Amino acid sequence: MATANISVGATRLTDERNRLGYELRTIQMVWHREIIRFVRTRTRILSSFVQPILFLFVLGYGMTTLVGTTGGFDFKKFVFPGIVSMTVVTTAIFSAISIVWDREFGFLREMLVAPVSRSALVLGKALGGSTIATVQGTIMLVLAPLIGVHLTVLLVVEVILLEALMAFGLTTFGVFVASRIQKMEGFQVVMQLVLFPMIFLSGALFPLDGLPSWLAFITRINPLTYAVDPLRHVVFAVQNMPPAAAARFATGVTIFGYLLPLWGEILIVVAFALVFLALAIRGFGKPD
Amino acid sequence: MTGSDDATPVGPAQNSSSSSGPRRERALEDSGILSDSAPPAIDVKSLSKRYGENEAVKGVSFKVARGEVFAFLGPNGAGKTTTIRMLCTLTRPTSGSATVDGFDVFRQPTAVRRRIGLVFQEPTLDQQLTAEENLQFHAVLYRVPRHQVEERIDRVLRLVDLGERRKDLVSTFSGGMARRLEIARGMLHTPAVLFLDEPTIGLDPQTRALMWEDVLRLRSEEGVTIFLTTHYMDEAEYADRIAIIDNGSIVALDSPDELKKMVGSDTVELSTADDKLAGSNLEQAGYKVSVGEQSVVAFVENGEEQVTAIISTAGVPIRSVKVHRPDLDDVFLHFTGREIREGHAERSFPMHFRSFRR
Ligand SMILES: Nc1ncnc2c1ncn2[C@@H]1O[C@H](COP(=O)(O)OP(=O)(O)OP(=O)(O)O)[C@@H](O)[C@H]1O
Ligand SMILES: [Mg+2]
Repeated sequence: MATANISVGATRLTDERNRLGYELRTIQMVWHREIIRFVRTRTRILSSFVQPILFLFVLGYGMTTLVGTTGGFDFKKFVFPGIVSMTVVTTAIFSAISIVWDREFGFLREMLVAPVSRSALVLGKALGGSTIATVQGTIMLVLAPLIGVHLTVLLVVEVILLEALMAFGLTTFGVFVASRIQKMEGFQVVMQLVLFPMIFLSGALFPLDGLPSWLAFITRINPLTYAVDPLRHVVFAVQNMPPAAAARFATGVTIFGYLLPLWGEILIVVAFALVFLALAIRGFGKPD
Repeated sequence: MTGSDDATPVGPAQNSSSSSGPRRERALEDSGILSDSAPPAIDVKSLSKRYGENEAVKGVSFKVARGEVFAFLGPNGAGKTTTIRMLCTLTRPTSGSATVDGFDVFRQPTAVRRRIGLVFQEPTLDQQLTAEENLQFHAVLYRVPRHQVEERIDRVLRLVDLGERRKDLVSTFSGGMARRLEIARGMLHTPAVLFLDEPTIGLDPQTRALMWEDVLRLRSEEGVTIFLTTHYMDEAEYADRIAIIDNGSIVALDSPDELKKMVGSDTVELSTADDKLAGSNLEQAGYKVSVGEQSVVAFVENGEEQVTAIISTAGVPIRSVKVHRPDLDDVFLHFTGREIREGHAERSFPMHFRSFRR
């Protein structure tokens, strides 16, 4: 009896160990599929650049004439990190739309009947969307010299890491929404209602200090605020800004007069990502 | 699905002798597992499913043996898909129980899912991937060991004759090719039981025939048990056994030949120069006949073989001969009092529309 029990235990153990390997393989495969599909739809790649570039040039140049230049630093440079964030956020959220497509074309069923965990499916999706969004955001960096934003290797690495975090948080949010929505139009509507206010009220497009208190309040409860600010912070850190410019285009988010540290902001984004990851897994593919 | 239920099969007692005490052995014996070599591929006991007021499946019971091709034949809305969904653990039965390959669909869903292949009534391929990529994806989902993946993909693609199109996007496939790819995919992980929900829907007769060749080849080469549903009478004849389901209940279950026998014998209909004389000649020879206004009809076991004997026994000049063997249309009519196509047109659209949206 004793030996028998041990052997049962041992089988379980190897089973568990294999299981982790299989789950990782599933995550990798779902991720891979997202990438393949993205690469095959070139129009999607191009179209996702149109909007941020339009914003960068129209808003950037327009506001620069209005706001003027402070110590060689103008509004275009200020808004550039915000535009990069906007690219990441939009791509990340809309990558989740693939779930709605999968539902419409039936492929979601193929995934949901399989003997795999929903966590692996959601993680694969979220990582796929995050990868795409991070790549798109990073491609935007080629415009930096045009705007006069100075890049270093370390800065690019930092930006990529922050983009990845931001992308992951927003993809999980997108997956959460998509898993609750049956129709394409529904997803579009929800996203227009949520995405654009979130971007506009995040400090991506204007400085956060000196706002009227109601607006300050909204920006402070918007999780995106805490994702955009660190990105701007690391970009500005290498721009040799004169003190006047640094004061005019300040980074950092103050809450009740207290300046939140960078790691505090990052922690907020991590928490946001984890909460929506959990919600997305719970809501994904509930049996009908 | 977490798979935590996988370690304890109620059915195939693989480690029973080494890892169990006498008590467990007795329990297994009671459940008929040790005494009988293997459990049936599918064992269903008074399974029902109720959607609100509507009882879609009304306590059906049946068993499917290993390696059998078993067909569910019934009109739209009969409960075929609902039964498949319950057997594949996608829908919870309202009452009753079922095992697939010895595993309980209710208590061990992950174990069941590992052992089945499923081809849905609606397409579920990724159009933007190639045939090969669709299969690779499936291989990972069903944990096909890495070193076997290539070999299995080769094999199933050859089984459905799509080897040439391996690297093509599914969006370039015809409907029939896509359907066959789905069947190949269902077989990829060598399931014990393959469920096919209307596999031939929307296919032309030629492709339907090819598909049946595929299915029968799968059975003979891979030993898989096949459970399929269909509306088509002529297709059901390929099956070893047929369950006729109507309004959520099984109204008949047997082999195609037996079902036909229940409905009645073959008929040989003669139109002759003198039907009366022919009739009485045949009657004297011991045939069961009925003489009509235009013809004389003989009821026999095996019409085609008896035709010449009947003609010579009739002993009068023959104008025409018609041999009719009852087919499944007659069977369906016999058991349900309706033609199988009845109500098809007005019910099928909303049904498919609904299930597509889900
Ligand atoms: N999810 C659901 N919710 C409510 N009712 C359902 C659901 N699924 C099926 N039904 C009902 O159950 C009954 C049986 O449906 P089912 O899909 O099993 O039929 P079927 O035999 O597969 O028909 P078809 O040949 O059209 O595919 C129908 O009356 C249908 O309306
Ligand atoms: Mg059906």
